[in-house]
Amino acid sequence: MSEDHETTLDTLKPGEKARITKVRVKGTARRKLMDMGMVAGTEIELVRNAPLGDPMDYNIKGYHLSIRKEEAKQIFINKL
Amino acid sequence: MEGRKIKIALTGNPNVGKTTLFNALTGSRQHVGNWPGVTVEKKSGRVSYKDYDIEVIDLPGTYSLTAYSMDEIVARDFIIEEKPDIVIQVVDASNLERNLYLTTQLMELGSEILIVLNMCDIAEERGDRIYIEKMEELLATPVIRTVASQKKGICDLLDRVIEQKEIQQHHGHEIGYGTEIEDKILEIEKVLAEDETRDTRYPLRWISIRLLEGDSNVREKISKSPVYDRVMQIIDSIDQEEYEAEIADKRYLAINTVFPQMCTRANDKLTKSDMIDRVLTNKYLGIPIFLALMWGAFELTFAFATPFMDMIDLASTWFAEYVSSSLQPAWLASLVGDGIIGGVGAVLVFVPNIFILFFLLSLLEGSGYLARAAFIMDKLMYKIGMHGKSFIPMLMGFGCNVPAIMAARSIEDEKDRLITILVVPFVSCGARLPIYVLFAGTFFGRQAGTVIFGMYVLGIVIAIISAKILRTTVVRGKPAPFIMELPPYRVPTLKTSFIHMWDNGFMYIKKAGTIILVGVVVIWALASFPWGVQYGSENSYVGLLGHAVEPLLKPLGFDWKISVALIFGLVAKEIVVASMGVLYGAGDNSNVLSDRLIADSGMTALTSLSLMAFSLLYMPCVATVGVIRKETGSWKWTLFAIFYGIIVAWITAFTIYKGGVLLGY
Repeated sequence: MSEDHETTLDTLKPGEKARITKVRVKGTARRKLMDMGMVAGTEIELVRNAPLGDPMDYNIKGYHLSIRKEEAKQIFINKL
Repeated sequence: MEGRKIKIALTGNPNVGKTTLFNALTGSRQHVGNWPGVTVEKKSGRVSYKDYDIEVIDLPGTYSLTAYSMDEIVARDFIIEEKPDIVIQVVDASNLERNLYLTTQLMELGSEILIVLNMCDIAEERGDRIYIEKMEELLATPVIRTVASQKKGICDLLDRVIEQKEIQQHHGHEIGYGTEIEDKILEIEKVLAEDETRDTRYPLRWISIRLLEGDSNVREKISKSPVYDRVMQIIDSIDQEEYEAEIADKRYLAINTVFPQMCTRANDKLTKSDMIDRVLTNKYLGIPIFLALMWGAFELTFAFATPFMDMIDLASTWFAEYVSSSLQPAWLASLVGDGIIGGVGAVLVFVPNIFILFFLLSLLEGSGYLARAAFIMDKLMYKIGMHGKSFIPMLMGFGCNVPAIMAARSIEDEKDRLITILVVPFVSCGARLPIYVLFAGTFFGRQAGTVIFGMYVLGIVIAIISAKILRTTVVRGKPAPFIMELPPYRVPTLKTSFIHMWDNGFMYIKKAGTIILVGVVVIWALASFPWGVQYGSENSYVGLLGHAVEPLLKPLGFDWKISVALIFGLVAKEIVVASMGVLYGAGDNSNVLSDRLIADSGMTALTSLSLMAFSLLYMPCVATVGVIRKETGSWKWTLFAIFYGIIVAWITAFTIYKGGVLLGY
């Protein structure tokens, strides 16, 4: 695993993959994200942005999960 | 012969084919209602198999059993409190890993689980391999393959249910959370066990874990316990966020250790669904396709519904006349004819619309496109303080506000849902069009089209402003985060869509119908009494009421006749036109009415504009009020919707009228 730079999920470009390091989202959204599989160590790939730029469509654990940039900014990753 | 009883609960993630399995199991023997006290839908059904009488309860589809939404609380409370004999989790074979997360939580609840592997065909087509025997061994639960949409594996499933019920062998299965968390769990369990009055249906380990995860619903449940303070001391001593993350981590870790043994996933190959998405959510094509689809669905609804609506309208008019002429005494004839049958007609006339809209909506949902619609529109909606999921209900509002408000049910967050319900009535529905056609046609000649278009825009603008206002006042806060699965595209099952359509249509008739009927009878009484006056004339109560509210509406340029027409418009907005016809002695003839309005009414282009705006915005029609009451479950919000609408309408019409006068029109 590359340990070089930690960045946030919203910086991922379509087709790029990363590994989640920390979920810093607050409130009920945090719980929900974790339930949906956003836990440290999980691999995630940005599939595409919505036509208007936001939200984003990610591939995680073999399915498509969509979240807004606002939440993605608070999820830390290491690009793969 | 009275069969032996088994109670099973169906659970599973959304979009895994749970509803299809439920329909395949119970067929038409279903009952739909609401869970007590909440607007979450409750479905139950029965199936007789061999000599067993099996009751199936369809729990809301959830990803997890935390307290994130009402759905999740309803599901877990049912499992714990009602203790079904067997909990069947429907699992999407093509998405095993995330589905098993719910399994880990079900196991902690201590329920008897049976796993149904659905959609194996999709998984296998993709090249996945699932080893069912290994799965049964590792999870210590029976696993059955089904293809619910083709009714495959149903008998097998029922056999296993009976078998499992008879052997009653409980397989305990626990996830270890690591020494630190386990110590805390034990500590809390010990304290909780001292309380002898506790509700023993709830497993202590489960409560302890939930508390460590910061579950406010569970915290509330034990708040009356004598040991509550001591438990809270332990909870307050930990870093809750850290624990929450660690517990979720450990659950997925537990899945990851068994997962590779029961399934080999094909390499990331581009699936058919991915290819469809490349087009449907494409940067450039996404929005045009979306708009075209919505327009198509809309046209289809009205093209199909209009002949049925006309038929219902004709039938109820004919029936009302027939009854009026054959019933004695006269007041009874009028009550039944003008009041009840007319009222029932007003309720039924929306039914074709509602049925077709719900059918199409269910097709869109089943195909997976509905999630994309929210995905595509979320940014725009977020800007006006709403959620992506609010777009479809708003759009449906142009057809009829009633199904639009019912469609808001798909929005999980209570606040987002409430705002949607409150602003939908400003979207100009089909029933308001005849009003614009009459007045714009009469007073604006060639500009009529522009004026009518302007009314639609006005409705949208007011809806957006209202959403903003509500967000900063009574329904404070930002729209809920958008965390949504985009499920794979599938061919929707017609049966599921038909059942969905029927359930919702029937719900509307049953629940909203009663309120509408009461509203209609009240208006009938106002128009008919004191007994002996001409129906709806100046001397009737509604005429008096028209005179009474006239001072309030005077600043908008309205006289008592318009006031009366507006009161009648509460039944259904297009009735404004019919009552103007009666009041000006023009009957049904719109040309005569146009001439009379110009000659006798003293109305000007400006008053007609003010009236159109007022008709658009003032309180929703009784059918909409009925459905707002039903969907919010609250009279407070229903009254709010009514008065808010009236105030907004008054201010808008006043601005138009006085502004126009100032400008010299």
